[in-house]
Amino acid sequence: MGLLDRLDNPYNFGGIILGTLEDLLNWGRSKSDWYLHFGLACCAIEFMAANASHFDFMRFGTIPRASPRQADFMIVSGTVTLKMAERIVRLYEQMADPKYVLSMGSCANCGGPYWEHGYHVLKGVDRIIPVDVYIPGCPPRPEAFLEGMILLQSKINKQEIFKKRKRLEEEMKNMNQ
Amino acid sequence: MSERRKIEFDYSGVDTDRMRVNVGPQHPSTHGVLRLEVELEGEIVTEVVPHIGYLHRCFEKHAEAMTYPQVIPYIDRMDYISSMNNEWPYVIAIEEMCGIKVPEKVEYIRVICAELNRIANHQIAVATFGLDAGAFTPFLYLFRDREWILNLFERISGGRLLYNYFCVGGVRGDVYPTFKEDCLDIVRQVRATNKEIMDLLIYNHIFVERTANIGILPVDVAINYGCSGPVLRGSGFPYDLRRSEPYSIYDRFDFDVQVGKGEVGTVGDCWDRNIVRMREMEESCKIIEQAVAQMPDTGDVFEAIPKKIRVPKGEIYRAAENPKGELGFYIVSDGGQKPFRVRPRATSFINLSVLPEISKGYMLADLILILGSIDIVLGEVDR
Repeated sequence: MGLLDRLDNPYNFGGIILGTLEDLLNWGRSKSDWYLHFGLACCAIEFMAANASHFDFMRFGTIPRASPRQADFMIVSGTVTLKMAERIVRLYEQMADPKYVLSMGSCANCGGPYWEHGYHVLKGVDRIIPVDVYIPGCPPRPEAFLEGMILLQSKINKQEIFKKRKRLEEEMKNMNQ
Repeated sequence: MSERRKIEFDYSGVDTDRMRVNVGPQHPSTHGVLRLEVELEGEIVTEVVPHIGYLHRCFEKHAEAMTYPQVIPYIDRMDYISSMNNEWPYVIAIEEMCGIKVPEKVEYIRVICAELNRIANHQIAVATFGLDAGAFTPFLYLFRDREWILNLFERISGGRLLYNYFCVGGVRGDVYPTFKEDCLDIVRQVRATNKEIMDLLIYNHIFVERTANIGILPVDVAINYGCSGPVLRGSGFPYDLRRSEPYSIYDRFDFDVQVGKGEVGTVGDCWDRNIVRMREMEESCKIIEQAVAQMPDTGDVFEAIPKKIRVPKGEIYRAAENPKGELGFYIVSDGGQKPFRVRPRATSFINLSVLPEISKGYMLADLILILGSIDIVLGEVDR
């Protein structure tokens, strides 16, 4: 974490922190993620275990939100059925940008054990919404889930905000030419 | 406890609107993906229509396509909070059809695992019921204890939540040398925490006010709807398959069937269903202690496991006492390697059917509590 290293030793710089605005925004976004928990099946129980006293998920700065409008990322934990799929898309669309999706467990990744004969199971939530982090396991251990959260934070830390817009504008110009 | 005061409101002068409210399927208090269509008169519930099918995972289709041992992991995923208990009626049914006699040691391992899982299930049930009522601290205490049970299961089966441990004729692995001491450690810890939870949650004045006299389920309604488990016993009817039709070796143990007595309210209210779960944890502790004392140290747990399972033609129904109630499997065999049909009698589905009946006339906030007190798992409701 570039910004925090500089915070650790403020006197060398006279209490001044040098960094880019992008770093600051990414740091804020990655360290105070509010989540919408889409608990569907067995993985939701392991997620509850991760949220409880042994694993303490909230030390990542996360707070559960019941409303998608207040959430930064969504945890899809469990088997996505065809009946549930449209609800997931609707709740995903209600979330404000920037938004991320954490797919927890084999069922949400690819259909899991219901891949072959599950006529009512969606074979992976990434068929309907973009997924940022996949956590394998049936169900994943809480430690695996925490690892996934660390991966999501490092992804948020590396994302481009200003350069991306510039780059996209140039690409659009080239496409128009 | 201080004197309970009955507060009466006069709603006749209040102008209320009728409206239909949709609760779920993505809602923190529906214990999964249940959708409730609620009709309200002001804040009073007049009609509840549960909509299910959001977690239909095609169990019967899988059971047709898989061989007998391959079905067991899908049974784990039905009621995913108490996997050990789920597997039991299925393996009992097939053992009975094949005429397999299970070794003594395996029976004791199964009893201990099932009772430990019953404790874990009731811990989740009480913890989430506390969450529904607004108490977060008991959730943290109960989940701390549950981790120890899961650690023990992980050592013997390799899985934390879904075990695939029971198999036809035995169990998938022998227990480790310090298994008995670990079981007794867990029993000690569960008793200590439950004593704390009784003060912290169950006899807490706020909790009693929220749950007593709410969602009263009369015993005749419970029997008519086919309820079982703590929902039926909370209404005062002592029906427990471990006692009334002892399967496995349950006739060797001394334990009580706990029923609701209406200590703080009416018989069959939310508080009664909850106290039955708390007291059943103590009964499970008793059974574990006796089983650990009687369990033989030596013995081969793999000796009765058949190389190839050939089930003779026929049909069978066998049930076991799940933490949520009577879970049974009706298995039809055509003599092949795959079952012709496996039809579960899903406890949660049948217990859920009583919800519209008992939630009429209460507030919307109480509806959430009534749902929590029934303790459903949507994986079992939709299968």
